[in-house]
Amino acid sequence: MSLTTAHSVVAPSDNSKRIAGAIIIAYALISIVPLLWIFATSFKTPPDSIAYPPKILFQPSLEGYCNLFTTRTRQTPEYINSLGPATGFCDETVRKRNMVIAGQSNFLPRFINSLIIAFGSTFCAVFLGTLSAYGFSRFKVPLADDLLFFILSTRFMPPIAVAIPIYLMYRELGLSDTALGMILLYTAVNVSLAVWLLKGFIDEIPREYEEAAMIDGYTRLQAFWRTVLPQATTGIAATAIFCLIFAWNEYAFAALLTSGTAQTAPPFIPTIIGEGGQDWPAVAAGTTIFLVPILVFTILLRKQLLRGITFGAVRK
Amino acid sequence: MLNRTAENVARATPEPLARKVRGISDKGLAWLFISPTILLLLAINIFPLFWAIYLSFTNYRANRPNEVVKNLGFANYQRILGDKDVWIAMQTTAHFVFWTILLQTLIGFTLAWLIDRKFRGHAFWTTLILVPMMLSPAVVGNFWRFLYEPQIGLFSYVISFVSGIPPTSIQMLSNVSLAPWSIIIVDTWMWTPYVMLICLAGLRSIPEYIYEAAEVDRASNWRQFWSITLPMALPFIMLAVLFRGIENFKMFDMVNLLTGGGPGSTTEVASITLKRQAFESWRTGYSSAFAIILFVAVFGLANIYVKALNKVKQR
Repeated sequence: MSLTTAHSVVAPSDNSKRIAGAIIIAYALISIVPLLWIFATSFKTPPDSIAYPPKILFQPSLEGYCNLFTTRTRQTPEYINSLGPATGFCDETVRKRNMVIAGQSNFLPRFINSLIIAFGSTFCAVFLGTLSAYGFSRFKVPLADDLLFFILSTRFMPPIAVAIPIYLMYRELGLSDTALGMILLYTAVNVSLAVWLLKGFIDEIPREYEEAAMIDGYTRLQAFWRTVLPQATTGIAATAIFCLIFAWNEYAFAALLTSGTAQTAPPFIPTIIGEGGQDWPAVAAGTTIFLVPILVFTILLRKQLLRGITFGAVRK
Repeated sequence: MLNRTAENVARATPEPLARKVRGISDKGLAWLFISPTILLLLAINIFPLFWAIYLSFTNYRANRPNEVVKNLGFANYQRILGDKDVWIAMQTTAHFVFWTILLQTLIGFTLAWLIDRKFRGHAFWTTLILVPMMLSPAVVGNFWRFLYEPQIGLFSYVISFVSGIPPTSIQMLSNVSLAPWSIIIVDTWMWTPYVMLICLAGLRSIPEYIYEAAEVDRASNWRQFWSITLPMALPFIMLAVLFRGIENFKMFDMVNLLTGGGPGSTTEVASITLKRQAFESWRTGYSSAFAIILFVAVFGLANIYVKALNKVKQR
């Protein structure tokens, strides 16, 4: 294609577009294969999941999901026959492998812990972050740059290094392995992101709105509440989603500071084992359930993604 | 305009009371808004940091809280700086950081450069490419252990299918020379989109008229790339490199789940050493000193980062 047909002299030629498109599509498809494999494995039976060569076509089964939510014990066929009819779909599936359901697994409580801790810490981080961001954006704060750098710098500490004193402190305070302790910790980690992102968003709201409101007789606080907050909704929502994703995905603190009652899903999922090693369909099922919310959020966030991952340094 | 201001003044004046109970001054409000965040960070980050500094001068062990704590002075620091294993861990970390950043920058920039051709449907495919970086490195990294299984793992199968090497001999996680690369591959898969996204912003920030001027001057495409595209996108590339550098310097979850530092200590990065010392050997004083040394190193990086960040912002 000659350049004259393009909109501008520098627009890429159709041919180069086609080649670029082909390479990008190939990369995208290859890079999502591991994710598709997680999804596919979650619907395989344990024997199918470890077949050689790896099975691309298989009879879908919900056994992985059954195994994820239950614990099972192996029994003799005679014992199973003496039990009477199966009480549900999972019961039936499990019996085919000479097992009976012994109880619920820990997946559901761990998943609920993840929800409580992620939402709790996100709420706190966004609440504190919005107030601080407004303070830094609108008022002359002494040493503002130093304080902002201090807030950001807490993010650069290696999690294991932070975990050592936190572990001791929480042991003294009785916060070890509690949801409250994890919420406080994730809030502290996320508040740095929240302040930096939200300061960027609030800086973009013209001061004139508040000034007009204050001339109308509003106090500063009312002006903040009625004019700034409604305008910052998009920014606050985007920030909240970033905080939520961090808290949801976090592993290092959770693995070191929680062991039982407050354990979240990321340290739990790798510990799902069946007979003779890792129960991969159950792990894949847990992983799938765990990843779906993030996929939804990523699609919702795609326009703000760049800003979030660079702490507001790059805006479009 | 004037009319509205007058109206506003009129509306405000009949209520002198409102002005009196305006309540808190701006300065008071500023501190009221900022102090909760600062207090939280002091309690959860700074206080523990000072505690760690104190512990780093002692022989305290967290699993024996009732033992008498002895002051050791700088002995812990001396021992760490003279410890061969620590230096090996630092080398492993440097090796990991170097290769992941090199690969991610090369692939990420190339992808961004291709996406910038704006072919039909590029927005959809870009979003698809971005998905891996949003996922939990721990949960997805854990699943890669399955992909890496010799024979039954998809990765090993594909590699043996392409290369003809028998699938049982592709021991990605237990072979001493392959294990570091198994981690580099997962990290690159996960974080190349991150570098790509920042590079894309850099490429899109270059105004078109510069290329038009170059076209008028009959500069070759090659020349345009080296004298316009690359230099102008460079601050963005640097930003991505610094972010990834800091993150990978701290890397813990993926390594812990994929290899746990093994086989032997071939993939034992600094965070893994720290975890083994602090939470397995319970040498709390010693590991606190190591943590402080890592703090200082990361703080150095953080300072460079903030300077680079300001440079990017000035453009």
